[in-house]
Amino acid sequence: MQISLFITCYNDTLFPETGKAVVRVLERLGHEIEFRPAQTCCGQMHYNTGYPHEAASMMRRFLEVFRDAGAICIPSSSCVATIRDHYPKMAAATGDGAMIGEVDALLSRIFEFSELLIDKLGVTDVGAFFPHAVTLHPSCHSLRSLHVGAKPRQLLESVRELRLLDLHDADECCGFGGTFAVKNADVSAAMLSDKMRCILESGAEVCTALDNSCLMHIQGGLARQRSGVRCMHLAEILASTEAGDSR
Amino acid sequence: MSIRVGDAAEAPSFPRAARALLGNTQLRQNVRRATEVIRNRRARVVGELSDWEQLRQAGHEIKQHTLQYLDFYLEQFEEACTRAGGQVHWARDADEANAIILSILGARQAREVIKVKTMTSDEIGLNHALEAAGITPYETDLADLIVQLGDDRPSHIVVPALHRNRMEVRDIFLRKMHLRELGDKPEDLTNAARAYLREKFLRVGVAISGANFAVAETGSVCVVESEGNGRMCVSLPEVLITLVGIEKVIPRFEDLEVFLQTLPRSATGERMNPYNSIWTGIVPGDGPQEFHVVLLDNGRTKVLADTESRETLDCIRCGACLNACPVYRQTGGHAYGSMYSGPIGAILTPQLQSLEHSESLPYASSLCGACYEVCPVKINIPEILLHLRAKVTAAGDAPFEERVGMEAAAFVFEDPDMLALAQKLSRIAQKPFERDGVIRHLPGMLSGWTAFRDLTPIPKQSFREWWNERESQRGDQ
Repeated sequence: MQISLFITCYNDTLFPETGKAVVRVLERLGHEIEFRPAQTCCGQMHYNTGYPHEAASMMRRFLEVFRDAGAICIPSSSCVATIRDHYPKMAAATGDGAMIGEVDALLSRIFEFSELLIDKLGVTDVGAFFPHAVTLHPSCHSLRSLHVGAKPRQLLESVRELRLLDLHDADECCGFGGTFAVKNADVSAAMLSDKMRCILESGAEVCTALDNSCLMHIQGGLARQRSGVRCMHLAEILASTEAGDSR
Repeated sequence: MSIRVGDAAEAPSFPRAARALLGNTQLRQNVRRATEVIRNRRARVVGELSDWEQLRQAGHEIKQHTLQYLDFYLEQFEEACTRAGGQVHWARDADEANAIILSILGARQAREVIKVKTMTSDEIGLNHALEAAGITPYETDLADLIVQLGDDRPSHIVVPALHRNRMEVRDIFLRKMHLRELGDKPEDLTNAARAYLREKFLRVGVAISGANFAVAETGSVCVVESEGNGRMCVSLPEVLITLVGIEKVIPRFEDLEVFLQTLPRSATGERMNPYNSIWTGIVPGDGPQEFHVVLLDNGRTKVLADTESRETLDCIRCGACLNACPVYRQTGGHAYGSMYSGPIGAILTPQLQSLEHSESLPYASSLCGACYEVCPVKINIPEILLHLRAKVTAAGDAPFEERVGMEAAAFVFEDPDMLALAQKLSRIAQKPFERDGVIRHLPGMLSGWTAFRDLTPIPKQSFREWWNERESQRGDQ
């Protein structure tokens, strides 16, 4: 299947390894990946911080770039949530009937990475090998907006040699919240401290999630504490194989 | 107009207030424990209803319908209540409401009043107005009493003294009730409160209550509670004044069927409240012989006018969003600048009062969505927070640094070449802050990040650069 990748500005700039991992997993499964270089950002940061007009122009670009794309894979549940939850409203606010129709036509083609694998491609075992103790942080958007449910767990449970450990208070927010982490740095840090305590108590050496935004936040705290636990996007775990071609 | 939400206009910003509260470890422990108990109880009793989602939807629809025809239902309530012997007063704002209540008390030459279950009276600053007029208010809800005797502020909309533990309550009672000794067992504290309050119930002739619901069809008023002190307040005194926000009206008596299921389960994790008081006007020879209802606007029609955020007025004050909120659970309610705390406070206060006095509140959320998930009337709080954030920036009230950053980012995202260039420039710009492959200090707003977290520097190659390289290698083959 031809799959178009919306890498997201965040992954593009800060977490290219996640993008490479997505490409590796999907190509390994025999799919053809395209990357449309005109893409930039879905508009999440602007929309969530109170800049809907700026976000609307990013939505316009997104619609234009992916107008004739088939399935679109997005390795970030908060970006998917922006598109699913807010694009219809943003389009409606423009009063442009054509745009409303375009958003409508877009939504069924949008897949978060774990959704794409399980719902669209029907696979849970992607042939991965990852001999480490892992815990999953089910990010807020994946949980309460996308309702991915057990999907990431199913994928992890199919990884050979991976030991999946429970995370206490797993569905609690890590405290990132985009600009929240900066505007309310103290409360954000208090929330992060709770999340880190649970991660450390889980005994895992790797914390994974569907969102690098949360992971950057958690990783930043764990590294500051010199904790010895690292964060990795789910795609990077799924890209690892016994042949050792994870990087 | 003097629209007022407590002292919200003078309150420090959320981040500032929160920073101070985060240092109070006892308060944080108390808040954490109490919210955990209520959350677990709520989850249990909500889980046992197979039609919970339908009940939420029904509650939402009843409220939305009522708000759409609010003028009609308010007048219907007035007529029904008057017919049953009540007197209905209309108050545009806090000052008008206080003046109405003072004039009723003045006519009776009352020097004392007992109060129960009226957060709305905190909103309008009624206790200050009463004290200024030489009238002593006694809070009779146990938690409100603890807050009043402790010269404190409520920290939760259902459990106002949730930030206090037993030992602290004991100290307050011991000091303020002039007791020689007092144990810290729940029974000891309850007995002390009972002795203190019974005397007031039997002596004071005027009571002021709030209302959970006002039924338009019958003119009835409903108050739910756990202690029975409310029941005494609304049945013992000669005169009863009930202060009601205009959004509390519901069309029909049978609509209570929905809310009397969703409210107790959401608020305290009970299947039903121990006390459900519903009264209609006056009954000769039984209960208060003079009954006043003060219908309060105080900014509510302003909220009503904004169709994007109108559903804020659906709120039935259950507090479930507070208990679910990971931000509230760190700070407790005092950080929110008024009696309306937590996620609902973050959207209600700025809309009632004014955005310019509480512009930090719409940002007091990580947008995790837990509040929306538990709301028994399906208020999409995250969506309304975003709506209010957009209003803050549109009014030009966003910090300069943020605005410049957002505009620059928007400019960059207009063009992928610009984005590629910005990625390159950022790699250069981060150099001075990078040491041994880690960034530990950043300037300006970003210092909020590095105060608590390390930052991994931007990698040498972006995804798009890697992709281009791969494509050109493929092309060569």
